[in-house]
Amino acid sequence: MTGPAAPLFDVRVQAEDFDPGAELAALERLGGGGVASFTGIVRGGGGLRALVLEHHPAMTGKAMRAIAEDAAGRWPLLGITLIHRHGPLAPGARIVLVAAASPHRAAALEATAFLIDWLKTRAPFWKQEVYDDGRSAWVEARAEDDRAAERWDRVHG
Amino acid sequence: MLYFAWVRERIGQGGERVDPPADVVTVAELIGWLATRSAGHGAAFAEPDRIRAAIDDRFVGPSAAIAGAREIALFPPVTGG
Repeated sequence: MTGPAAPLFDVRVQAEDFDPGAELAALERLGGGGVASFTGIVRGGGGLRALVLEHHPAMTGKAMRAIAEDAAGRWPLLGITLIHRHGPLAPGARIVLVAAASPHRAAALEATAFLIDWLKTRAPFWKQEVYDDGRSAWVEARAEDDRAAERWDRVHG
Repeated sequence: MLYFAWVRERIGQGGERVDPPADVVTVAELIGWLATRSAGHGAAFAEPDRIRAAIDDRFVGPSAAIAGAREIALFPPVTGG
């Protein structure tokens, strides 16, 4: 199913912070029934000084756009905003924004869950944790993230 | 070749040009061949099951053919979002 017109995609990979309020307001102006969103934040604690996001610059934007197009083929959406930051991010910093506007709340909510599940498993980003004592460690991919992403294959195929 | 995350760190560089022999046909065979290039490559590719690949900016599996590829990236499973 698709919306009445092709949805508006806003896909960005950037070092800079973003303003979720402004981004959601832009989606509200698309005339929909609702806007749903997810904002990912760097979890602090355990002596974490920064989370460093590495990515595959030539590929990241393409992969994110492909995920947005997949969502647009599954739900009637008016707009999708995907913003993913890279570089060093301090605890509490925003990492990612996923938002979807739709005439229907279920579509907006489900598309948002789908977009973040697939972004975690199908976009070429890698997280490295850097600690106050100078240690660093690459974050391991989690099986539960894979399972969360795979449930959308079962639901919509 | 492009390398990311701990694959890049273990090899000690973000990319290189390589010329594999003709009997290296698939991504899995490429990984096996690269592993012999240096101690760093060997460490990066010691566990091939933990390596993911993209050819010309598209994710591919280990059995994908490398013929005609302009650029091949090797990296750990992704952890963004």
